[in-house]
Amino acid sequence: MNTKNTYTISIYTENNVGLLNRISAIFLRRHLNIESVNVSKSEIKSVSRFTLLVKVTEEQVKKIIGQIEKQVEVIKAFYHTDEATVYQESCLFKLSTDLLIQNDEIQTIINQSKSRVININKNFFVLEKSGTKEEVEELYHILDKHGIMQFVRSGRIAITKDEMPVSKLLQLIKA
Amino acid sequence: METKTKQQTELEKKQKVTITGAEAVVKCLLAEGVDLLYGYPGGAIMPVYDELYKYQDKLHHVLTRHEQGATHAAQGYARATGKVGVAIATSGPGATNLITGIADAQIDSTPMVCITGQVGAHLLGSDAFQETDIVGISTPVTKWNYQITKASEIPEVMAKAFYIARSGRPGPVLVDITKNAQFEEFDFEYKKCTSVRSYQPVPSMNIQSVEAAVELINNAERPFVVWGQGVILGEAEEEFKTFIEKAGIPSASTLLGLSALPTKHPLHVGMVGMHGNYSPNKLTNECDVLIAIGMRFDDRVTGDLNRYAKQAKVVHFEIDPAEVDKNVKTDVAVLGNVKETLTAALSLLKANSHKEWLQEFRNLDAVEFDNVIKNDLFPTKEGLTMGEVIKQINETSEGKAIVVTDVGQHQMVASRYAEFNQTKSNITSGGLGTMGFALPAAIGAKMGAPEREVVAVIGDGGYQMTIQELGTILQTKAAVKIVVLNNEFLGMVRQWQQLFFDKRYASTVMTNPDFVAIAKGYHMAANRVTKREELATAVQEMMQSKEAYFLEVCVEKEDNVFPMIPTGASVSDVRLK
Repeated sequence: MNTKNTYTISIYTENNVGLLNRISAIFLRRHLNIESVNVSKSEIKSVSRFTLLVKVTEEQVKKIIGQIEKQVEVIKAFYHTDEATVYQESCLFKLSTDLLIQNDEIQTIINQSKSRVININKNFFVLEKSGTKEEVEELYHILDKHGIMQFVRSGRIAITKDEMPVSKLLQLIKA
Repeated sequence: METKTKQQTELEKKQKVTITGAEAVVKCLLAEGVDLLYGYPGGAIMPVYDELYKYQDKLHHVLTRHEQGATHAAQGYARATGKVGVAIATSGPGATNLITGIADAQIDSTPMVCITGQVGAHLLGSDAFQETDIVGISTPVTKWNYQITKASEIPEVMAKAFYIARSGRPGPVLVDITKNAQFEEFDFEYKKCTSVRSYQPVPSMNIQSVEAAVELINNAERPFVVWGQGVILGEAEEEFKTFIEKAGIPSASTLLGLSALPTKHPLHVGMVGMHGNYSPNKLTNECDVLIAIGMRFDDRVTGDLNRYAKQAKVVHFEIDPAEVDKNVKTDVAVLGNVKETLTAALSLLKANSHKEWLQEFRNLDAVEFDNVIKNDLFPTKEGLTMGEVIKQINETSEGKAIVVTDVGQHQMVASRYAEFNQTKSNITSGGLGTMGFALPAAIGAKMGAPEREVVAVIGDGGYQMTIQELGTILQTKAAVKIVVLNNEFLGMVRQWQQLFFDKRYASTVMTNPDFVAIAKGYHMAANRVTKREELATAVQEMMQSKEAYFLEVCVEKEDNVFPMIPTGASVSDVRLK
């Protein structure tokens, strides 16, 4: 009960400018770190979807969900374990083009890691990799030895394996 | 033919009311049934004030002497009436001065709408004169907030603001309106808000949970009810009384639940919490079913959670799902408005009485009487006690007054001893513990319930935090009775310093002004009592006054409030001395 786990929180909301502030304040007050955050549109028209990654106990995540759902513009919030979701992160590496030309190993790394070159010029090239955090970390570790000019990673995005009953909920509200 | 069409269109245009955003704000307030609001003018809200001037026969604006006073007055009004309180201020410092009252309303679930002016939309983010990000600042302490930058948004946002403030678990809403939106003209049309898609104010009742709750209650041998303000906010006083009477359950109030049930009701066993009564605190840990009704297990109520009602099954009647299992793990949660859920429970509830169990409360009451109450209410020492002042107010008002208290020792004494015969009679700052609350809140309460006597009981510390509101009383002639219990200390902090910091009275000694002279400076009738034999007459004279009245009672300087549950202790460890 008191062990910390990684939970993905999915929040369906109205599209409102101040809402990110309201939601992050819930974590701030409790000294809880948000590992990553992503806001996008959802499968429902005019409804936004927040995806948050947190490392907390189950009791904490339940209480946080309660506080999040209390916000007027939040339609519904859920939390999921890693097992209950299919999730990805995306990252970009900026590397020197010389590496590509002079170092055979780099070619192998790119092929084996299932990453792809999305931009190249005479000075640098940009490598894109999507996958789990572990896969991204592993690639980082390998490329680090060759010198990474820039690195950036996105927040987690996740789809649940089970159905998300938000559309039904909204229909109920409308009725 | 063509000219006729043109005439028609012009006629239609005239029928649509084209007004400024500022006038729209006033029209929205009127449409929401507001006839009174509290505020303070300033640059960014001047267009709205100009309209308030034009509409002054329909909408009464009360000029407080500080924006904080406006919020507390709006809170006092809301708490005395059950309606939404309204406060209005300008941008920048006007807006930030509202924050304490907003935070107070948030934690005490008080319906309030605050309107703030804001710099013109083209200046937002430019560090303009009196610009502050009030939406950002107020976010953690509002139920909802919104910045309007176009006049056309005003009707919908205002309607939503009032709906959100008063529905479900009530709370404060802030609407920030840029100056250009106040000047802009638009076609005004007002529609009341009746729902917001993403917001479910009252969770739907689950009848299975009601049945499960009642089964526990019916089978209980030592059931115990702790009720809170939810009973008052849900206007469920009658349902609540019928409920506890039918099952014969000893019932205790939280600080904010007081007055939902008459103090002298035979099942009323006092107040729980840090300075609550001995019996309900102690017996919390001996009941077999704890029934929480419209309360949120505040830490001042529970003491150490690891030693709180662990032996009991817990039933929680609650409107806010986030409160369930937040502090105390419940066995059965009954979500919904308590008016609805208690009614549903009532039909399943078995008539019962728990005489022996109730007698256990009464036995402990006798212990509290001998150790605490006797000395508080019937003192034999020379100095006046706070308790005997409250007792005198009870006797003179016959328990009919609205008692507004500030924060500290006097608040706890008043809450312990004030007698309430009717609901919405106890107005105090509970969750936030805002010193300075009482004087402006009493003004709001008196204006909300002009037919009732309103007595503000305040300490000498808190009184000086909003003492400027005497000016509001002078200007509005609000007939508030002010009793300052002066011990020349910040008494509650001093008590803690005595008990837990070896009497190191760090910054709790007060050198006070002549309070009577100050009241007289505001042309208010005023009196000071220093001796016991003067007390009864002085209180009677105050209560008989048709106008505002100030009474200072110089009480014993180093009296302590008992019983007391020290921080971190269990409710069972409630101390009598």
